[in-house]
Amino acid sequence: MRTRAILIALLGLMLCGCSHKRTALLVGNYGTTLVESSGGKQIGAVGTTLSQPVVVQVNDDQGTAVVGAPVVFSGPAGVSFDPVIGTTDSSGQLSTSVMLGGMAGRYQLTASTLTKAQKRVDLKLEEIALGYQQQVGFQLDEKYCARCHNPESSPERVSNYDNLEVKPHAFTEGDTLNKISDADLTSIISHGGPALNKSALMPPYGYTLNKTEIQALIGYIRLISDPPYQSSGIVYVQK
Amino acid sequence: MHSFKNMLSSVWQTLFGDPIRAFGVVSLLLLISLAIAPAKNHFSEWRHYQEQYLTLIRSRGDAVTLRRHFQEGIQQIWHPELGVVDRCTTCHVGLKEASLADVSTQPFRRHPVIPHPVDQFGCVMCHRGQGAATTVEEAHRSTLAWEQPILPARYVESSCGQCHRAPLSGTPQLNLGRNLLARSGCVHCHTIKLSNGSPMQATDDPPPLSHIADKTTREWIYAWLKDPQAYAVSATMPNFKLSDDNARDISAFLIASSTPLPGDTAPVAASPSKTPTDPTAGASLYGESFCASCHAVQNAAGNVVGGEVGPELTRIGNKVKPEWLQVWLRNPRIYDPTTGMPHFRFSDQQITVLTGFLQNKTDSDLLANVHLDPATPEQIAHGKTLVTEYGCASCHEIPGIKKPENFAPELTRIGSKPITQLIFLPGMPHTLPDYISAKIRQPRSFGSALKMPQFSLAPAQVDALTTALLSLTDRSQTLPVAWTVPATPPSTYQPAGKAGQLMADLACFTCHTINGRGGEMAPDLTWEGSSVQRQWLKDFLKNPNTLRPALIRRMPRFNLSDNDITELTDYIMTVYQTPAFDRDAMPASGYPPAQVEKGKELFYSKYACQSCHIVDTKNDKGYIGPTLTQVGARLNAAWIYYWLKDPQALRPGTIEPNRNMSDEDARALTAFLMMQRTSSRQEAKK
Repeated sequence: MRTRAILIALLGLMLCGCSHKRTALLVGNYGTTLVESSGGKQIGAVGTTLSQPVVVQVNDDQGTAVVGAPVVFSGPAGVSFDPVIGTTDSSGQLSTSVMLGGMAGRYQLTASTLTKAQKRVDLKLEEIALGYQQQVGFQLDEKYCARCHNPESSPERVSNYDNLEVKPHAFTEGDTLNKISDADLTSIISHGGPALNKSALMPPYGYTLNKTEIQALIGYIRLISDPPYQSSGIVYVQK
Repeated sequence: MHSFKNMLSSVWQTLFGDPIRAFGVVSLLLLISLAIAPAKNHFSEWRHYQEQYLTLIRSRGDAVTLRRHFQEGIQQIWHPELGVVDRCTTCHVGLKEASLADVSTQPFRRHPVIPHPVDQFGCVMCHRGQGAATTVEEAHRSTLAWEQPILPARYVESSCGQCHRAPLSGTPQLNLGRNLLARSGCVHCHTIKLSNGSPMQATDDPPPLSHIADKTTREWIYAWLKDPQAYAVSATMPNFKLSDDNARDISAFLIASSTPLPGDTAPVAASPSKTPTDPTAGASLYGESFCASCHAVQNAAGNVVGGEVGPELTRIGNKVKPEWLQVWLRNPRIYDPTTGMPHFRFSDQQITVLTGFLQNKTDSDLLANVHLDPATPEQIAHGKTLVTEYGCASCHEIPGIKKPENFAPELTRIGSKPITQLIFLPGMPHTLPDYISAKIRQPRSFGSALKMPQFSLAPAQVDALTTALLSLTDRSQTLPVAWTVPATPPSTYQPAGKAGQLMADLACFTCHTINGRGGEMAPDLTWEGSSVQRQWLKDFLKNPNTLRPALIRRMPRFNLSDNDITELTDYIMTVYQTPAFDRDAMPASGYPPAQVEKGKELFYSKYACQSCHIVDTKNDKGYIGPTLTQVGARLNAAWIYYWLKDPQALRPGTIEPNRNMSDEDARALTAFLMMQRTSSRQEAKK
């Protein structure tokens, strides 16, 4: 909460242009848009620093990078940036390392810059923090699922995706997976694809993984899905 | 003054003028003083939170249920055997309420799912803080009387490590940290006593320096000491930030103290000029021998590609002398009897080719500016002093220097170290995690005269190490046995006889695990004798062909003699047998065609095995599991049958799912698989 207050104060000072200490930022150049260069949609454990920095670029209305433009990063309580505030480098970019907060979930981060007219321009970025349960799910995914469900190969693990006649859904594919209920996902994982009239290429894992592990896996799938999964929650009967 | 006295007396008259009035006033004062305690209780912080919670749940759909679960007043979880009093649930009232998952305001958020029941386990066991306190300030932050504030979320896995001694799947950071403690050399200097009293053992193997002059030059030692990572980016040797003179003197001492290597060290006879070799022969021999399974090389893009078991070889030509390299390649155990490098049994021709190839891996800049004058006796003597001072012998075997005992502070209880005993840097937060992590990141920032060297660790590795160190608390040492989850003790399994000697010579345990001892790169061989057929094993040891085409790391060819192969095969087939089943329980052949046909159908339709395995090279594509084209000539039928019934029972942790197969299906699939005996090459010939 305190960091957020400081952020707001800093941004306020920048907007007013009345700070003597921060004048260096105001002397710099101004852009009109803010774009993400890299670092969005990363997955990390709660409270840890993301493996890749978040890099944003300030452009002018011609789309060319602006050097020395001010950028401020902000996020929900618990998120911290290093640096929080700065000016773009010679390539028009500013890089910050992000430490996620202590709660699992999606974190919406904001990068802000100022236009010449002192108008604030925002860029929203999203990062995902895994709690204990999702962390366990992530490890199970890496061990059992990703070989087929992730089309990307790595030196340690070659993807089997291209070899399959029926293509499995990537776990981030929210458009498809969000429509499947927790109970149905549990069935597919436990009893295999044929349980829901899907491909037999998906084997059953109900005799290999226990109930907690399957729940953890579903928790992880729900958290990383894109677009985000909206839990239907508990439905109450209207009076 | 006079009027003041008058006023006082008139007040006295009004309050206590007559006995009745006095009685009334005294009663009133008594009543007020009695009301202080209940009022303080009424306006307490926790009551405020409980009222806030009741307001919050009133508007929710399941208000009645939530209200029923709610208990007013101070709540307490008590673990007398640990001395833990936990009143956190007084304010954190909704920890167990699944329907409060969407509430993001603390202290009412539901606790995420963990393996322990939060309402019995309490909070401070994992999060630390002062459990008995009932105000936020006292419970969460450090106060004058209480030093342990809430543990930052990034280090929370350290609390798991207080009781759980073995790696857990949910604590990757703690596992990595413990691994790094043993692997990065920390425990060579710092003693860490585990709760059973034994010290944590290092898993790295720093090379002995007794014969270093045979291996490398003084110039290379100098450059290496100045900056190990300039020679190899993945080098684990830390940077001691030595001055030019100190590096010069240490290199002088190490060369002077080195003794010539005993034994057969004659260079190979074959000269490369006599038999002009193909210029690509070295690279192909390096590839065929699967050197990259263990050794990495930095490519043009700067990425380090290859295994981490052995040292990086990017600039090996700058380091080793050709004569030494030939001796090493012929038999590494002559130089270092405990090395993890296998004895490859290369021919002299191969050694020449490989030496030539490796000697070309150089960087002309590395030693370009290193010019050392011949060492003087004073320099050598000073070098010896420095080697003793810096504790080089803690890691390396150095002639004339004893391995120091208790060289660095013991870290057995570092996670409970009182903050008053720490010296913080200016501007640093005064917490133990910040101190530990700063110490690991930049040890010399705490004083340039400190001995601890600079390690090259990634931020995630520093966090992991901090987590592992924070788990070494007083509680972890004094925990009642009933609370601990012990780790399996490290196995000291040693195969017997001539086969045992051969397996040590071939360093099988570097990659394979047998009976709990060994590496994880290659399959566990504990039941290998029950698994494979004798003839296949013999052929495989002679020429290991890959079973998993998608794997980059593979078994190298050791150029074994027929005698050695028979010795190893006999031992494996006799000793590495599972008691779970009789290896002759199923016949190798003679299955009725109908059963084979049924097995084929099950393979392709019901169980869809082709998604991971290849039987028919033309149509099947899956390559997660081993190729099964010749499985009938490779595996024992009973093994296939029992494997299909329960793969994890035969090899714990294997990723093939248990299909809960009926005996009949398993038998049919076994019949089908035992018919797969032709290699793809033979098939193509037909």
